[in-house]
Order: sequence, then C-alpha cells, then structure tokens
Amino acid sequence: MPAGLYRALLTVAGAAVAIVLAVVISSVAISAAGASPLDAFAALFNFGETERQVVNGITTMVNRSVPLFIAGLAVAVGFRMNLFNIGVEGQYRLAAICAAWVGAQFTAPPLIQILVIIVVAAAVGGLYALIPAVMKVTRGVNEVIATIMLNYIAINLAAFLVRGPFTGERAAGQLTTSTPQIPESGWFPNLNWIFEMFGMPAPRGGGLWGFLLVAVLLGVGLWLLLERTRFGFDVKASGLNASAALASGVKPKKMVISAMVLSGAIAGLIGLPEILGDKHSFGSNFTPGLGFLGIAVALLGRNKPGGIAIAALLFGFLDRAQGPLQFADVPPSVITIMQGTIVLLVVIANEVTRRIALRREERRAARHLGANTPVEVTA
Amino acid sequence: MLGKRFSRIAVGSVAGVLLMAAAACGGSGNGGDTSASTASSGGTSSEASKSGLKVGLAFDVGGRGDKSFNDAAYAGLEKAKSELKADIKELSPAADGSNRGELLRQLADAGYNPIIGVGFAYGEDIKKAAEEYPDIQFAVVDSASNAPNVTGLLFAEEQGSYLAGVAAATKAKSGHVGFVGGVENDLIKKFEAGFVAGVKSVKADAKIDVKYLTPDGDFSGFKAPDKGKVAAEKMFQDGAEIVYHAAGDSGLGVFQAAAAAGKKAIGVDSDQRQTVKEADLQSVIMTSMLKRVDVAVFEFVKAFQGGAKGGSNTVYDLKVDGVGLSTTGGEIDDIKDKLDAAKKDIVDGKITVPAKP
Repeated sequence: MPAGLYRALLTVAGAAVAIVLAVVISSVAISAAGASPLDAFAALFNFGETERQVVNGITTMVNRSVPLFIAGLAVAVGFRMNLFNIGVEGQYRLAAICAAWVGAQFTAPPLIQILVIIVVAAAVGGLYALIPAVMKVTRGVNEVIATIMLNYIAINLAAFLVRGPFTGERAAGQLTTSTPQIPESGWFPNLNWIFEMFGMPAPRGGGLWGFLLVAVLLGVGLWLLLERTRFGFDVKASGLNASAALASGVKPKKMVISAMVLSGAIAGLIGLPEILGDKHSFGSNFTPGLGFLGIAVALLGRNKPGGIAIAALLFGFLDRAQGPLQFADVPPSVITIMQGTIVLLVVIANEVTRRIALRREERRAARHLGANTPVEVTA
Repeated sequence: MLGKRFSRIAVGSVAGVLLMAAAACGGSGNGGDTSASTASSGGTSSEASKSGLKVGLAFDVGGRGDKSFNDAAYAGLEKAKSELKADIKELSPAADGSNRGELLRQLADAGYNPIIGVGFAYGEDIKKAAEEYPDIQFAVVDSASNAPNVTGLLFAEEQGSYLAGVAAATKAKSGHVGFVGGVENDLIKKFEAGFVAGVKSVKADAKIDVKYLTPDGDFSGFKAPDKGKVAAEKMFQDGAEIVYHAAGDSGLGVFQAAAAAGKKAIGVDSDQRQTVKEADLQSVIMTSMLKRVDVAVFEFVKAFQGGAKGGSNTVYDLKVDGVGLSTTGGEIDDIKDKLDAAKKDIVDGKITVPAKP
C-alpha cells in the first residue's frame, strides 16, 4: 500500500473512531442528565415533518456553518505557520461594526455597495491583526498574549461604538441598540432559489444566506494560495521549521506580518453573512463567540479548507438541533458536550495516527537500510 | 522538533478551549441550571391537551432556572397549563442567543399559537416572525408591540419601585439609601425614577446613591455579580443602609455586600428571599419588588383564549398587581399601612410616579 493512501485511510479511521467515542461519551452525559440518548440522536437527525420545516432546518444548519467556516479559515492561516491568532474574536467584531456602519452611510448599486462593505470589513480585521504582528516582529511580544488582550479592547470598543458614535435610531420602547440599517442595495441576495429549483418551499427568516458563495470562493482561493503558491509554501516552511525557512531565504518578519494580516482580513468577514443576509445592522443581538469557535473548527478541520468545511458543517448540524432537542425533552447543553468531546478526541486521534504512520515509515526505512547496506559495527 | 511543535499546538488549543469556556460562561450565565431544570421538566408537554390550546414560550439567554425573570414566565405558563388546560412547550436559546428567531419559527411550525418571547431581546425577532406568520399571535415581555399580531407585555416598574422607595426610606433611620442598576437604559431608569420618587415622598432630604454597572447597550451589567458587589460595598461604606438593585444576576453581588456590611438590600423581579439559594443572603433581603411576569404571561394566554388580538401593549401596574412588594420574612409587615396608603394613592391617581429620573 502506498504511504499516502495508508495515511489517508488512517486519518479517516482515526476520525471515525473519535466520533464514535464522542457519541458514547455524550450518551453517558445525556443519560446522566436523565434523558434518553436514543431520543437525543433521533432529534439530531429530525429535520421536521413538513417540507418547510426540513428546508428551515437545512437553512439554519448551513447559515450557522458559513460564519464558522470563515472563522476556521481565519484561525487556520495562522496555525499553518505556528502563529496563534486567538484575536479572531476581536477582529471580527470590530470589523463587523465598522463595515455595518460604513455600509449604512451611502447608497450605491448593489454590487458596489456590498463590495465596499466586504472590503471595509477585511481591511479593519486585517489592520487590527497588524497590531499584534508588528508587536511580535519588532518587540517579540508573544502573539497569543497580544491577541487575547486586544480581544478585550475590540469587544469593548465595539460595544462602545454601537451605543455611541455608530448608533442608529431606536423605535420607541426598544431597548436593544444597533447601527443604522444598511440600505436595501447592501443586502446580499439569498439563495432561496436553490430550494425552489427542487420544488421545495423557500425557507423562513433571512433565507439561505448568499454569503455562502463568498465563503466557498474564499475557501477555494485560500486552498490555492496555501497549496499552490510560493507564499503558501513559505507559510508551510516557516511553520514546520522557522530556522530552516530562514536559511532558505524566507523572511520571517515578512511572513509573520502577512500571515497575521491575512488571518485578520479573513476574520473580518465572519460577521458579514449575518449582517448582509439577515440583520442588516450590527446590534446588541449580534452573534458573539464565533472567533473562539473558529479555533475549535480549525483544529477539527486540521487547518485545511476542506477539513474546515466539514468541521463547520458538523458544528452547524449540531447547533441546529438546539430546538428539536428541547422538543424531545433533552437538555440542549448536550450539543456543547458533543462539540467539546469531538474536538478533543479528533485532536488526540490526529496525533495518534500521525505517530502510527511515522513509526511505520521509520520501520519501512529501517528495513530498506537493513537490506541494502548492512551496518558493520566496529569497536 | 515535531514534539515541540505539537506541544505548541497543544498549548494553543488549551488556551483556545479555556477562552471558549470563559466565553461560554460569560454568555450563558447559569447554563448548568438551565439544563438541569429542562431535564426535570421532561414530559410537561407530552400530556394531551384538552382545550386544543398550544402555548409556546421562548426564554431569553439563561433560560429556565434563573430564579427570576425566566422562571416567573414559566410559572405563568404552568398556570395556563393547569387552569386553561393548555398544551405548553418552552424552549431556551443557545448561549450566544444566535437562534432566537429559529426557536420562534420552530414553535410556529409545530403549531403553537400563541407564542411568547421572554425579554426585550426578542423585540426584533418577534417582529420578523410575526410578519412571516400573520395568523399566529405573539407576545413579547418587556418590549413594545411592533406588529399587528404582537402584544407588548410591559410593566409599570416605576410604581413598584416607588413602594420599594417608601419602604427603604421608612426603614433607613439615617435616610441614606442606594440604587444599583444593571444597565443604564430606559427600562432600568424607570426603576430608579420610581425608587427615588418613593424615597423622597417619605424623606425629602434623603441621600440616594445611584450607580449603574454598565452603560446603555452593554448588557453585561445584568450578569456581573462582582461589579454589583463593588458598587454596593461602596454605598454601604458611605453610609447607605438599604440598597435596592435592578441588576438581574448582578444583584447577587449586592446581597453579598449587604451581608458583609450587616445592612439590608431590596431584591427585584421575583421574591428573591425565596429564590436565592444561600441562607445567609436570604436574611438581608428586606423585600423584593415583584414584577409579575407570571401574571402577564397567564393573562395574555387567557386573553388570547377569549379572542384578543395583538397590535397593542398591555401594561401591568399596581392596579392589577402586575408589580408590588414581597412580604416573605415579614420585615415590612410593620409598615404595611404606609405602603398600602401609597399604593392606594397611586392606584387612585393621586400620585403620578415619574418613569424618567
């Protein structure tokens, strides 16, 4: 069996074992909470009876996956070269409020309006990530500490902006605050036609977010950049062995700055599916925490766009069951338990399979060496 | 080298997971309680309904088991079940609150009508859902009606707070009291306005310390017992005898400060002397300003059964006992006459309590 195929099979087997174990552990937790694991797993796969309910369920799942996927990509760019951008959380929140505010200040043809919003979001996210990058290359500040601290600043800054300079009008009796509404030309068209094409009813709410297409393009683009370009190779080389990369002409400072800024720019887009597709403003009810979830998604997806897509869909699939689980009288915290155990077990499985593959490779190499050049031991 | 790399990734992962855990704790508050109580409610909705009435209710973040707002709403729902023979279903949102709209739609798709959203955060989501399901009646607690089929369930918090102010000023010999508000928004300012008016009606020269934990739009002030404790400690050190809080979960910190200082506090929303778990904190809660979310929920369901339609607000005030003071512990029994007189004056319209400070 070729080594590549063997490793791929081993990885898949590892992931499968991890998920089965996660199911077992979750079942124990569900039983301990006094509910039936069978009911819980039935609820996970129960998308409803009517066509509309099924469509709504699928939409909820995919809509949840899109920002998680982007968050996973943002984290993965840093992870690929051993840069831990824990600041995705702050970068996306700050980017989201700035983009939402700028988008509400003017009216332009839809394409331009949306493009401007996307560019602003990416720019704000990228610039905010530039701060820890510069601190790292000029003063050697650990980027983990810097980005965590910058998260607090960004989160509080965004909270201040939404109730202060960037606040919009409020209806009488409304207590939540938000930025002004983005004009209709800045609303990303939804993808409900996909369902209609198959003769199914359109989902309720904001519909299937059109930003899904941008996310797919982003994933493909990032894959090309990381796997098929000089930059991607440099990123990989710096991650695997910084001093070897330096010796072969990769400038480490430039790499840190460009990888951090790229990670931040992608992070800036995390909030846009929700803002452009549904809420049309940044407000008190804006979804927080996606940046931290992105870390889990990236780990689960092994820092590869394809893997991250699967991980994001898995998280979306689990999160969707929040309502159905409660209809089945199962505590919805089960979802968080499952997500946690899956991430931990998959990370462990990855390491175990990597070691197994490595050992096999070493044995194979040793056999070859042994067969060809018997080593003479002399005193 | 690989070992070193792995350990770095491991450290990063651990840091990330810790942060996620911290974020989850910050967001959900008492997620543990929620799950436990949701589990124990198993079977509540499986009993066959006898009236064909199916009432759905969506909690705010924190969900059931918050010993306050959400639990009060659930009490009203249970009353609707036992007295109106309604089939009920209650759902809690994810810790990040990202699926409020989904919960409303899932209830609507499952045939529940009416549907109640607990908390002002549901304002926008209810509006959208109401437009998508025009045949279903919705209600939202603490937020104004914003669609023809939405009923806003509001409370005259200033009237109840006025009574709390009367009680505090009468009990505080020095005339020095305090108010801790969770978030400085129009809703919590109503509590402050009523409380201040009530205190001044008894002692015109009373000293009232007012502190808000977070500014408008930053809702973390409802979930920060540490901040509540610091604010109340300062007031007690400055000489305040009784501190009234309208700060959600942060009120726990106010009670802790009161217990440490040997002073008194006034609770909010539900009868906190009964709902607070710690025995040493129960005794510092002189009374609580009750916001009868249970009454509002039950009355709304009853009115719906009677054919009422939305599009307007219903205000629960002193007249209908939508707000009031709790008497557990009997600490305000001796001033009952005074409180009843003040209540009567408000109900009769002799006193108009300001809703803005």
